[in-house]
Amino acid sequence: MAVIKKKKDKALPAVNTSALPDIVFMLLFFFMVATVMREVDLKVSVNKPQATEIQKLERKSLVTYIYAGSPRQKYQDKFGKTPRIQLNDAFASIDDLQPFVIQEREAKAEEDRPMMTMSIKADKSVKMGLISDIKLELRKAQAYKINYSSLQPKNAEALYSADN
Amino acid sequence: MARNKRAIPEINAGSMADIAFLLLIFYLVTTTMDTDKGINRKLPPIDDELVQDPPPIKERNIFTVLVNSNDQLLVEDEYLEISELRAKAMEFIDNNGDGSCEFCKGYGVSTSSDNPDKAVISLQNDRGTSYGMYVKVQNELVAAYEDLRERYAEEEYGRSYRGMDPEEDEEIIKEIKNAYQQKISEAEPLNIGG
Repeated sequence: MAVIKKKKDKALPAVNTSALPDIVFMLLFFFMVATVMREVDLKVSVNKPQATEIQKLERKSLVTYIYAGSPRQKYQDKFGKTPRIQLNDAFASIDDLQPFVIQEREAKAEEDRPMMTMSIKADKSVKMGLISDIKLELRKAQAYKINYSSLQPKNAEALYSADN
Repeated sequence: MARNKRAIPEINAGSMADIAFLLLIFYLVTTTMDTDKGINRKLPPIDDELVQDPPPIKERNIFTVLVNSNDQLLVEDEYLEISELRAKAMEFIDNNGDGSCEFCKGYGVSTSSDNPDKAVISLQNDRGTSYGMYVKVQNELVAAYEDLRERYAEEEYGRSYRGMDPEEDEEIIKEIKNAYQQKISEAEPLNIGG
């Protein structure tokens, strides 16, 4: 006990942060791989229906989206509450659909064109009249592969509940 | 020369983390993680010549599903809940009325379908039907076929159909799909209850 430790007012050594960039880069790469670019700014509210027999859409580049639903709160003064179609970033009418599909098809590589899929993202409260009109236009534009975008229900009961 | 011997000063990497953070935040903001999933369907082409002379289908081979504008179901002329639709459709497809289907387990009722190959499901909805209900009905009808395929796969191959690899088991999947071919026909919607 002869040694008396003298408390030095030496500052704590700085935490080694040289590995910090590595960690951040790792996170960055994870996000780059796991996510996709946000496609559009949604102007209609879409509350997708639920279904169990769903398949993943494999190649994003082959998928074209059609949105349908009531305009969002901030657009309601201008466009009302009636369900509308949204293509890309703007509201569209049913007549715009056919040129839109053709234009989208033209933009794709020749060999990919037959595999083009139209994904219908519609709110579950939308009436089938509108959806039928969309389907008819798609048939006219010869886009036959479609996908009804839906969510996986949490359990079987949720699938049959009345509010779904 | 003495000058060359001097070590090159190390590049200051202190701000590397800042740059990486900046990129990371950019990606966090501009991308979404949700994967797109949905029910795949194929639309029939518009071709008037083909429809001119449709092959006659016996009444017993058609399973009619009607949905009205209040989202109520009428299946084979009787009112049904959506939760009962799958079992009812499976019973119809699997009926095996003419006894030609070896793997079917149906009751062979004379008022229901001859065999899965001839069984056609006809779906008609109103323009006032909600899209949610439509997807639910579609889902149940597709599920009826998938459940039958699942059972067939279990019995023939002792494996789960849903767990099969689309590339590895291509032949088997084709075979199973052929056994229970999906035949869902959609009629133009009615406009009664606007």
